[in-house]
Amino acid sequence: MTAVFKVLFPGAFTTIQDEGRFGYQAFGVPASGSLDFYAYRVANFLVGNSGDAATLEITVLGPKLEVTAPGCIALAGGNLQPFLNQLPMPQWAPVEVKKGDVILFKGVKTGCRAYLSVEGGFDVPEVMGSRSTYPKGGIGGISGRPIKAGDVLRKRKGNNPCGKALPENLIPSYPREITCHVIPGPQVDFFENIGDFYNTPYEVTSKADRMGYRLKGPCLVFKKEVPASIISEAIVPGAIQVPADGQPIVLMVEQTVGGYAKAGVITTPDRWRLAQLRPGDKVLFEPVGVLEAQKQLRDILTDLEKLKTLLMRA
Amino acid sequence: MQYPLFQPLGDRGLLVTLAPAIDEEGFQKVRKARQVLTHPAVEGIIEIIPGYVTVFILYDPMILAFQQLAAMVEKRLVDMQTVTLPSPRKVVIPVAYGGDFGPDLPFVAAHNHLSPEDVVAIHSNGRYPVYMLGFTPGFPYLGGLSEKIQAPRLETPRTHVPAGAVGIANNQTGIYPVASPGGWRLIGRTPLKLFNPGAAAPFLIQPGDLITFRAISPSEYDHIRETAP
Repeated sequence: MTAVFKVLFPGAFTTIQDEGRFGYQAFGVPASGSLDFYAYRVANFLVGNSGDAATLEITVLGPKLEVTAPGCIALAGGNLQPFLNQLPMPQWAPVEVKKGDVILFKGVKTGCRAYLSVEGGFDVPEVMGSRSTYPKGGIGGISGRPIKAGDVLRKRKGNNPCGKALPENLIPSYPREITCHVIPGPQVDFFENIGDFYNTPYEVTSKADRMGYRLKGPCLVFKKEVPASIISEAIVPGAIQVPADGQPIVLMVEQTVGGYAKAGVITTPDRWRLAQLRPGDKVLFEPVGVLEAQKQLRDILTDLEKLKTLLMRA
Repeated sequence: MQYPLFQPLGDRGLLVTLAPAIDEEGFQKVRKARQVLTHPAVEGIIEIIPGYVTVFILYDPMILAFQQLAAMVEKRLVDMQTVTLPSPRKVVIPVAYGGDFGPDLPFVAAHNHLSPEDVVAIHSNGRYPVYMLGFTPGFPYLGGLSEKIQAPRLETPRTHVPAGAVGIANNQTGIYPVASPGGWRLIGRTPLKLFNPGAAAPFLIQPGDLITFRAISPSEYDHIRETAP
């Protein structure tokens, strides 16, 4: 379909992502998909996309893009200091661009990731039901890899007019220290000092990507009678794995099986927020029951549906 | 501990542990559990993912709450006692052993005081249940490796293991479906594609299958490679 951007500079790590690839975890294919689902969804509503349209997930250092076709675009998520033709570009709002415009980013100010949406969504082939890039498997996005200089990004045909800006009071702030709620288990009773885990903040290390966030903080100590690894079993995004060194790793969206004990799983909405932390930021864990967590998840998904009505003009 | 064991794995997952240790009986239990949970389909269940001794149920909490699902699953699992399973799908994997296809075959042989030919004979005479897939798309976690040909992982993993490589790590054998780094001892290579993302059926191997390996010559390897889809 229509060529919408030419990539002049790819940025640190920029991939095409949608909601994710579901139904293939039993075959070892991870969900992938947008790490900050809230920002991803809103970015789509702003340009009139109702469903699972593909966006660009931009990490820390953004790309430089030349606009090759007029249309409606939007940015949501962390503030990576976007500029449109030398002027700061509004975020959380639809923006009309024209041929020859240049978008670039001057470095991260808040958060870690931003989502660039276009009306209709980016046009790449669907692979097993999703357009999300999964580089290790070489599938989705552009030839299964992050974008690179010279790529031409195309869009599909949009069905709706451009949306409305997100009201200011609904724009998330991205603090550098957050609390994440954790549903304990399944191996939470492997650890001697789970109290320390909940009482002291952990720091995000430089090893933090779409596969997982390695954290640094109080060592989780295994009880003497338990093994340091378990029989491998399915894992989920947000799972807090603890290898023998006792330093937790929060899994993100590119792993399907794990053999380390899990202290718990971060709730879905809090995992979206965790994905906006960058190295040096801090996270404090707090236990929550599964029923309470599911109520909170239902609430936020319902809120997103309301936002859809609020922001879309169709 | 009481089995099955029901535990939440996050706000959209239910982990059911069926047995305490990896064995043939656990393999059959996992297969049975998948069978009774899949037929008939339950609205709100997104996927059922088998492990060595577990089934993991990924579900939509907008449709099902944890308690509701756990109660329903517990009820369904009672049928495991009466369900009859179809026999596992049998998949034959042709493998060119040794040489450039399997650079660690001499090590595995020496480590076990065998000849390379013995290792090939033992490996290709085994039958290997597919407990689950993971690590990379289509990577099978196989049981059934003979104690006679076990070998430790490489001390330093290779940065590049080609797709199709067949390896041994301790008591496991496996096949790399996509090129990736890896520390298994490589004894051979299959010309078949285990992961074919563009195809209607992208995966050659499924959980619950029974795998056997068939030794082939380098020329047969080339032939299959050229003619396979």
